[in-house]
Amino acid sequence: MNAFWIILTGSLVATCCSLLGCYLILRRMAMVGDAISHAVLPGIVIAFMLTGSRDTIPMLIGAGLLGVLTTFLIEFFHRFARVQADAAIGVTFTWLFAIGIILISVFAGQVDLDQDCVLYGEIAYVPLDLIITEGGLSMGPRTVWTLAVVTGLIGIFIWVGYKELFLTTFDPAFAAAIGISTTLWYYLLMGAVSLTTVASFESVGAILVVAFLVAPPATAYLLTDNFKTMLGISVAVGIASSILGYYLAVWMDGSIAGAIATVTGIAFMLAFLFSPSRGILMRQKRVQAVGH
Amino acid sequence: MILQVENPVVEVHDLTVSYDRKPVLWGIDLTLPAGALVGVIGPNGAGKSTLIKAMMNLLPPSSGYVRIFDQPLKQVYSRISYVPQRESVDWDFPASVFDVVLMGRYGQMGLFKRPRKADKDAAMEALEKVGMQSFADRQISQLSGGQQQRVFLARALAQNADIYFMDEPFAGVDIATETAIIELLRQMRDQGKTVIVVHHDLQSASEYFDWVVLLNMRLVASGPTEQVLNQELLEQTYGGKLTLLSKVGDLLRKQEFPAREKG
Repeated sequence: MNAFWIILTGSLVATCCSLLGCYLILRRMAMVGDAISHAVLPGIVIAFMLTGSRDTIPMLIGAGLLGVLTTFLIEFFHRFARVQADAAIGVTFTWLFAIGIILISVFAGQVDLDQDCVLYGEIAYVPLDLIITEGGLSMGPRTVWTLAVVTGLIGIFIWVGYKELFLTTFDPAFAAAIGISTTLWYYLLMGAVSLTTVASFESVGAILVVAFLVAPPATAYLLTDNFKTMLGISVAVGIASSILGYYLAVWMDGSIAGAIATVTGIAFMLAFLFSPSRGILMRQKRVQAVGH
Repeated sequence: MILQVENPVVEVHDLTVSYDRKPVLWGIDLTLPAGALVGVIGPNGAGKSTLIKAMMNLLPPSSGYVRIFDQPLKQVYSRISYVPQRESVDWDFPASVFDVVLMGRYGQMGLFKRPRKADKDAAMEALEKVGMQSFADRQISQLSGGQQQRVFLARALAQNADIYFMDEPFAGVDIATETAIIELLRQMRDQGKTVIVVHHDLQSASEYFDWVVLLNMRLVASGPTEQVLNQELLEQTYGGKLTLLSKVGDLLRKQEFPAREKG
């Protein structure tokens, strides 16, 4: 049963991240996901300190605010200080993450959190924190419920805003010219990334969130020329990585999050080598076929 | 030679636009007539693209305002369409030709709505107009430059707007595409639509446009083509740019000794 809950947790995180990641990589903003997933740390710590509990709602609010602040700061440095976009991202998130680390170390007594948990997550402990009803019935792990709700919200967001997200990602100038607010959809997307990150960080850690935000979408990008198919493949790669990664970790007796991230990387390598349209090895084969 | 018109479709009043506090357009005052094919002409860096972007409020003005159909822009979005420069988007994007053309319908569809049959029919019809119907399912990265431009034009046509802003639609396209596009723009004008085109080729300008706006950071001229495209105003626009001056010379020679018959 533990295996089931762990794999389900991984799959839910994979689903949210892989969907949102498709938009991020096509906007050339993959590293913004990286930035948000680290920069929410001070928000989480401050929410802990203010409420003194690990309740999900204050944490989501604290982290959500920091996520939006991060995207705002990146835009601000890039636009007004005219620093390169990647430099703006690097400065913003390392600085915010560092503040989070300092807060944790200074208030270590009060805060039930440590750096390892933030970076690597504790997916193996997911099945331990169960919701038990008053009648003594176990409803399954708390994290799974939180993630299920978040996955549902992300799904609805993409379903409802599909064409606006598609258009503002492909051609923001045209979108603005026909009256679709690019700023609104940018911040909605970043809000969704923040929500996903904070809901996932406790269970899978920042590193696996980044891996899920980038590797499955990049793999899907190599495999298809259709955006809807790309969303589908991306989710499939994310879920398959969670399952394979779990058993890889069990077999090696190693870190589950690390093993899952490794599998996403292997999936990308396979697509890079063997994609029918863009794979390196396939390209050589095509050239030979033309030559003969 | 700045001619103002009665009942303009576009009214630009005292417009100044700056990048990074450096003004790139100064105090532009102009009005454009309805149902005209308008060319915006000037040297590189004259602010031609900036002008049409500011007209659509894609760039915030430092001062001045723009009214379209005598209304603020927000109320007339559905009547405006835009053909951006081809290079402004990533053509490796996972989308088909039909996906892109359908985007022209998004403004009318509104939030929550999926494309209906009427939207798909309009997109297909627009593709037929630019002669690309057989490419509907083609991935956009497989298109040539001219085909990309036709797809962008089809997207604008699918919108069925009343005023069209086009940023260098003839840049880097083959002759067949250029001819097809100008033919289409003339048809649109004949249906009473207003088409505003950023253009950098002086030689074809006199042939293509009924109204010309000459721009070099300031507005040099705005009026009917035959009154605006003369040596004095062109020198004012291109003044000091030697390579371009020789082009002006070419143009003027051609006016005296037409090399080809005007159809």
